[in-house]
Amino acid sequence: MTATTSPAPAGTDPGGLPDARRSARPRRHKVVERGASRVFRWVSTGSGALILVVLAAVAVFLVVKAVPALTSSSDELVSGVAFMRHSSSLAGYVGPLVFGTVLAAALALLLAVPVAIAIALFISHYAPRRLAQGLGYAVDLLAAVPSVVYGLWGAMVLAPFVQPVWGWLNELLGWVPLFGGTVSPTGRVLATVAVVLAVMILPIITAVSREVFLQTPRLHEEAALALGATRWEMIRLTVLPFGRSGVVSAAMLGLGRALGETMAVLMILSQGFLYSFLLLVAGQQQTIAANIAAQFPEASDLGMSVLIATGLALFVITLVVNMAARAIVARRKDFSGAS
Amino acid sequence: MATTTVSSAGPAAPDLATLLRQVDPRRRRKDVLMRVLITAAFALAMIPLVSVAWTVVAHGIERFDAYFLTHSMRGVFGGMDAGGIYHAIVGTVEITLFATLISVPVGLLTAIYLVEYGRGHLARAVTFFVDVMTGIPSIVAGLFAYALFAVLLGPGIRMGAVGSVALSVLMIPVVVRSCEEMLRLVPDELREAALALGVPRWLVVVKVVLRTAVAGIVTGVMIAIARIIGETAPLLITVGVADSINFNLFEGRMMTLPVYVYRQFQQGLVPCSPDDASCIATITYDRAWSAALTLILIVMLLNLVARLVTRFFAPKTIG
Repeated sequence: MTATTSPAPAGTDPGGLPDARRSARPRRHKVVERGASRVFRWVSTGSGALILVVLAAVAVFLVVKAVPALTSSSDELVSGVAFMRHSSSLAGYVGPLVFGTVLAAALALLLAVPVAIAIALFISHYAPRRLAQGLGYAVDLLAAVPSVVYGLWGAMVLAPFVQPVWGWLNELLGWVPLFGGTVSPTGRVLATVAVVLAVMILPIITAVSREVFLQTPRLHEEAALALGATRWEMIRLTVLPFGRSGVVSAAMLGLGRALGETMAVLMILSQGFLYSFLLLVAGQQQTIAANIAAQFPEASDLGMSVLIATGLALFVITLVVNMAARAIVARRKDFSGAS
Repeated sequence: MATTTVSSAGPAAPDLATLLRQVDPRRRRKDVLMRVLITAAFALAMIPLVSVAWTVVAHGIERFDAYFLTHSMRGVFGGMDAGGIYHAIVGTVEITLFATLISVPVGLLTAIYLVEYGRGHLARAVTFFVDVMTGIPSIVAGLFAYALFAVLLGPGIRMGAVGSVALSVLMIPVVVRSCEEMLRLVPDELREAALALGVPRWLVVVKVVLRTAVAGIVTGVMIAIARIIGETAPLLITVGVADSINFNLFEGRMMTLPVYVYRQFQQGLVPCSPDDASCIATITYDRAWSAALTLILIVMLLNLVARLVTRFFAPKTIG
């Protein structure tokens, strides 16, 4: 902005730019912010940059504190960290945790996505216009409940309630590996956790899907109806294809939430460190986040380092999932803005 | 297609309107089925909401009284019919307010940057990473705050301020998002009019833009507070647990409401001897439910007030 100090004729600019436009409107480009305005601009730009710094700092500090665990030998870790005595190395400790985390989140997603799509359709295309906003608010209320309350509810109310259902599932479908084994008498198993996680991620998936469904071009919908399509056929032909990428990114945002959820898992799940697909048996799996919360208060220095290393793994996983989801949303935004 | 041939050929052709309304019964059945399924899905989602609300109120109301709100857990042990959440309320309020104090200036200034100045690569990067930041797991934010203070002040440190830093990592993106939305609603004409009168840019932002959007910003901040006030995991690992009242954010462990709920739940049933009439076996669960009720009431109140602020103080939009 300060490059041209005097209105130079076109072509004689010291920078050598044949800039006809600049000389055509010299005054406008000469305005320089001074004093408070300049400070204000720099402060607010600095805040924006601070966000990037914070995100980088999260990664850097986690790495710094994880270094002792990453550089220690397996023997040191196994003998020095109380909660690692059953595993042989860091990878052997993190592996089952990553497995448990991904399994729980994937199950939750499997349960939540169909329901969330249906709810989003209900609010966008089925519910009476006047009620729609209120109903959407009711779904958003699910997101307002703190996770610790979901944990309490899941452990004290839901687990005893669904235990007979799991028993029945085991009798009926026990030959499927997922539902085999001895059903836990308390109901505090991964299947229950998945149900609670599904409830917790329902609002975000619904909210994003709803927005996308509402953006469906009105002409597409009307064209489908004019051709004699029923309401469902109209949705299948116009709304769902239009909203597909939005639903995918919504599901990934939900996945990110489910991966990082701590309290519900910590309070409900009876933990174990196995690569196990048994969903109805106690003491099989554990997730990274719940494990950190469970072990951190009593961990030694090296133990904390191990836990921070597992946290780093969680951070990377959720970061990748979230960035992928946001990239899809952003691309979609560009696309729909252009058309 | 079939209907047109019928209507032109059939001698007793029903009128066109009824024909157009007729649908192949299989298609109609499918339509009705999907309508039922979709409505059922919505009803299904309401079950946990109603169940959570009902159980929390039903279990929590029993101990939810003035004594519970005004006493700490100091000197309370076993199945004693005593103990409350005063220390947890103090901790939650202080930690949350300090987190707000950190997050709001940073978040608001970032939003101003994005709306008023942001062009080019930096603005794009900030927008993208603010979105990404909303997805940081709360426990990772806790680990970050712990690691930050461990590097700066030495390991093993537990104090309220660390928890505030952890919470502000979670809060900043929410504040940025909602403030940005509100600032974008301010019409450009207002900015241009002020600039044309020769008002410096920063005063335009402070006196015109922020002033117009203040209701929305307040709402956004309150919703952000409501979102983080229930966070448990980061506080559990950075602030720890305590039974006594601690007003000092910068020294010692503090109790917070969500951690209190978890702590009471975790302690489980109290082993009572059968001849001890004053011992309540389920006292910890009762306290957990009542604290959960308090927490939910605070969150709902914040949401409600936020909505009222928008309704009554929103700028009047001109056609």
